[in-house]
Amino acid sequence: MKHSFIDRYSDLDSPIHHLDPRTRILTTLAFVLAVMVTPPTSWLAFTLYASLMAGLVLLAKLPVRYVLKRSAVVLPFVLMVAVFVPFWGRGQVMGSYNVWLWRVSVTHDGLLVLWSVTVKSWLSALALILLSSTTRFSELLKGLEHVGVPRVMVMILAFMYRYIFVLADEVMRMQRARDSRDVAPLRPYGGGWLWQIRTVGNMIGTLFIRSYERAERVYGAMVARGFDGQVRTLNDLHFRRADLGFGIVFSAALLTIGLITRIA
Amino acid sequence: MDEKIIQIEGLSFTYPDGHRALNNISLTVNRGESVAFIGPNGAGKSTLLLHLNGILRSPNGAVKVLGHPVAENYLRLIRSKVGLVFQDPEDQLFSPTVFDDVAFGPINMGCPEAEIRQRVNQALQQVQMGGYEKRSPHHLSVGEKKRIAIATVLSMNPEVLVLDEPTSNLDPRGRWELIELLRGLPLTKLIATHDLEMVRNLCERTILLDRGRIVADGPTPAILTDKLLLAEHGLAPPIVGQA
Repeated sequence: MKHSFIDRYSDLDSPIHHLDPRTRILTTLAFVLAVMVTPPTSWLAFTLYASLMAGLVLLAKLPVRYVLKRSAVVLPFVLMVAVFVPFWGRGQVMGSYNVWLWRVSVTHDGLLVLWSVTVKSWLSALALILLSSTTRFSELLKGLEHVGVPRVMVMILAFMYRYIFVLADEVMRMQRARDSRDVAPLRPYGGGWLWQIRTVGNMIGTLFIRSYERAERVYGAMVARGFDGQVRTLNDLHFRRADLGFGIVFSAALLTIGLITRIA
Repeated sequence: MDEKIIQIEGLSFTYPDGHRALNNISLTVNRGESVAFIGPNGAGKSTLLLHLNGILRSPNGAVKVLGHPVAENYLRLIRSKVGLVFQDPEDQLFSPTVFDDVAFGPINMGCPEAEIRQRVNQALQQVQMGGYEKRSPHHLSVGEKKRIAIATVLSMNPEVLVLDEPTSNLDPRGRWELIELLRGLPLTKLIATHDLEMVRNLCERTILLDRGRIVADGPTPAILTDKLLLAEHGLAPPIVGQA
């Protein structure tokens, strides 16, 4: 069973793909921080940040439609959280409406917060998509480990990446087994959703036990190859001149955008 | 020439739930032998294999590898000498890339970096999977996974290769390719399997287990032609016409 990769397009060939994963992780972090501290009224800054991302997406030869589609995925979550903000804000009231029993007002500041939260999360999502589409997951893990993320955390992520598809396959097989025995008109126990829920509950329990047993076997395979609780890895990452160049140019771009907004 | 590489003396093992998996097993394997363990499901084949590098240890009976008892202070040595390949490659391959998985053993053995790279390279060549270093194990075929799983222990330069059901879930072509590959590896081999055709083609000695006991131990042709013996232990069709 083939699944879509988390790190789709990460094996393209572009200047961005050839950077050291640490460079990409650190610059992504810097970008997200810079976006976060930008005042909500800096339209110019947001435009510049967006063009910076657009430039990098083109440089990385990523399909634009794919990037836009993926970045749109975060919007519903952001909107769900932020959509009520305009009604809570204090300040200049832009309009009042009667909704059944309540009288609600929309404030100027509230709308501004909604706008900036949405734009900032979208820009950050763009940066993360750029990171994950230009870095193989295995390289991302190596990079994280070498910028100081604790090894245990990196290992948990590594196992998650390795086994999430195995588990997904297992769920799919269980669903097929259930569906092929689920003869709708003849459902026992009066049929209906209660029975469905009970089946799903059993499946979750089975999945848990199977995963637990698999974990034991995997641990056995690790011990058999000399694992003694100490995680050891090879460091085969190398900063090159291109990394230095990219780091300097990118930081300069962020600083310039920051300065322009201060002056403007 | 007959160097005893594995000696088992009166080994019994009972699982925590009270199930007795091994009952007074004694056997010796010499260097260079290829030994098949056959027997019905639940005969104790896998349990026996897990004792060969100390994943399971039993207070009853003695297991010796290369003359060393399988005990705490010899475990590191023994685990580098006995390469144990689990049945399901999804269990054996747990790293994000093929390279990381094949390098796992040598890294734990404390090899220097250049040697690790050389060992990984060589192990992948041995199973004809050179060039797969950066692939993720999940996106390989079953046959490819089985080969990589063998490479993950070959990189530790073992003297004994212990395999649990190496040909299960393989299509006939993949299965024959794997049998040929195993035949080409100049190591002592212990193989637990239901695949009697592989046994006939690969192992000169066969040990038949049932309910935790050794029922027969001898040259493969003698055991595999004993229809009565095989039928009695669920390895051949029941013999019709017997009262």
